[in-house]
Amino acid sequence: MSVTEMFSYIQGFLTADQDIREDIRKVVQTLEQTAREILTILQSVHQPSGFKDIPSKCLKARELFCTVQTQIGELKTKFPVEQYYRFHEHWRFVLQRLTFLAAFVVYLESESLVTREEVAKILGIEVDREKGFHLDLEDYLAGILIMASELSRLAVNSVTAGDYGRPLRISDFINKLDSGFRLLNLKNDPLRKRYDGLKYDVKKIEEVVYDLSIRGLAKEQEAGGDK
Amino acid sequence: MSKREGNGCARKRKTESAQKTEECVNRSSPVIEAFKMFQQELDTKHDKYERLVKLSRDITIESKRTIFLLHRVTSVPNVEEVLNEADARLGAVRQKIGHISEELGEEDLYQFHKAFMSVIRFSVISMIFRLHHVGPSSASACDFQLMRTPTRNCLEVVHQDRSGIQEYVEAVSFHHFIRHRTLISLEEINACLVFMRDEKMETKVCSRGMWPGACVLTFQVTPTDYLLGVADLTGELMRMCISSVGNGDVDTPFELSNFLRQIHDGFSYIGNVGPYEVSKKLHTLRQSLSKVEDACYTLRVRGSEIPKHMLADVFSNRAAVLEEDD
Repeated sequence: MSVTEMFSYIQGFLTADQDIREDIRKVVQTLEQTAREILTILQSVHQPSGFKDIPSKCLKARELFCTVQTQIGELKTKFPVEQYYRFHEHWRFVLQRLTFLAAFVVYLESESLVTREEVAKILGIEVDREKGFHLDLEDYLAGILIMASELSRLAVNSVTAGDYGRPLRISDFINKLDSGFRLLNLKNDPLRKRYDGLKYDVKKIEEVVYDLSIRGLAKEQEAGGDK
Repeated sequence: MSKREGNGCARKRKTESAQKTEECVNRSSPVIEAFKMFQQELDTKHDKYERLVKLSRDITIESKRTIFLLHRVTSVPNVEEVLNEADARLGAVRQKIGHISEELGEEDLYQFHKAFMSVIRFSVISMIFRLHHVGPSSASACDFQLMRTPTRNCLEVVHQDRSGIQEYVEAVSFHHFIRHRTLISLEEINACLVFMRDEKMETKVCSRGMWPGACVLTFQVTPTDYLLGVADLTGELMRMCISSVGNGDVDTPFELSNFLRQIHDGFSYIGNVGPYEVSKKLHTLRQSLSKVEDACYTLRVRGSEIPKHMLADVFSNRAAVLEEDD
């Protein structure tokens, strides 16, 4: 094979590669758009009025997750399934966002930590690599960490809105999460960096709980039998 | 300690952080159970990754040595002997690559391709991290956009950390050129990277019975790695050209400059379609080419004037100058 032939072969490969990336980028853009819409809906829980109809917000968000499912379905058709990691960078970020959104919805509904399987189900993807387009463990964990900081914000705002019970429950939840993360041996990678931020969220919530406690507000709420 | 035990559940107000939580949270809670699984999964992955990095380093070192060895062909009478020794060394490198493909098994090559390219991912994600700290609520449109840009800036770092596979491609193509005076093709490289699975592994897989033909493993060099390896090859060819002139060999430089020109044309043909690293290498390639062309030029012009036995001196001086502005 001559040098020229060799290079034109490789050029063909590179062009094909670029076309695939272009296609993926387009789909990921629509995914990002949907993710922003879901985020906007969920953001409104931070407003005093939003606290009253959390379930309806969650329902709306769930509806949008159907759109996400079809969009991810489209994304799956853009590249050979066994080359997931070759193009991973293109959707890694949006997948983390979507994991966060799914986890947030599930938390608002049931105040529990979403499992990896549940997220995969909400997004219409797989958990195992062998089965196709899947949710990478690190992306899942990163999404959970984004949720933690969102919850610390929620704790503050729920006090403003007069819901004194919620911060206590959030504190409980975040502490569980924190001890869970402490079990992991993270190496010096992006996930680790993000995990390092968790302690500030924990601290923030602790402060809120402290403020409530010294004023007896937390007790009062409990005695009143919230929910 | 005793105070902590009395405190009971984490639901209570929290004043201390670290250990307390661990004590308080029920160890068998679903969250903890899930994270124990995650711990295992991550550890397995990290271990594998580390092993691959180590293999990659070994391949780099061994390939570099082979290249040094091959540079001796210009000054040694028995070329064949050097080539055979290099063959043996490359065989050892191939074995290491065999270990890599064993390690990868049924995994996705690209998942661990980062074992050689980890820096990119790191920078991109740290960028996200920084944005995330601004607050997820305020970060929406802008960070989706920003996310894409940083990749380019951090590639310079990667340059130093290039993969063992690229180094192998460089060594193997250099070897091939010295022997056959042609460019080794991607297929030829990949054809050499077929391995038999270890006995143990073999029986294990066969007993599982899920993959009958699994005793043969292959490793595929990606076109990009190939391209980058070939780009590095040009640097070696330049050196070989200069040193062969130094030894009074007046034919090799012309042959080399022809070959280099072909490769250069090939790279210009690809242009910026390829990944960013490729266009960066193009600059170095151009420098190498002009050095070789200069050498040929001098050889033509001065060759007719200077007696053969003095040429060597002229060029060994020249080579020194060239090395300096490298």
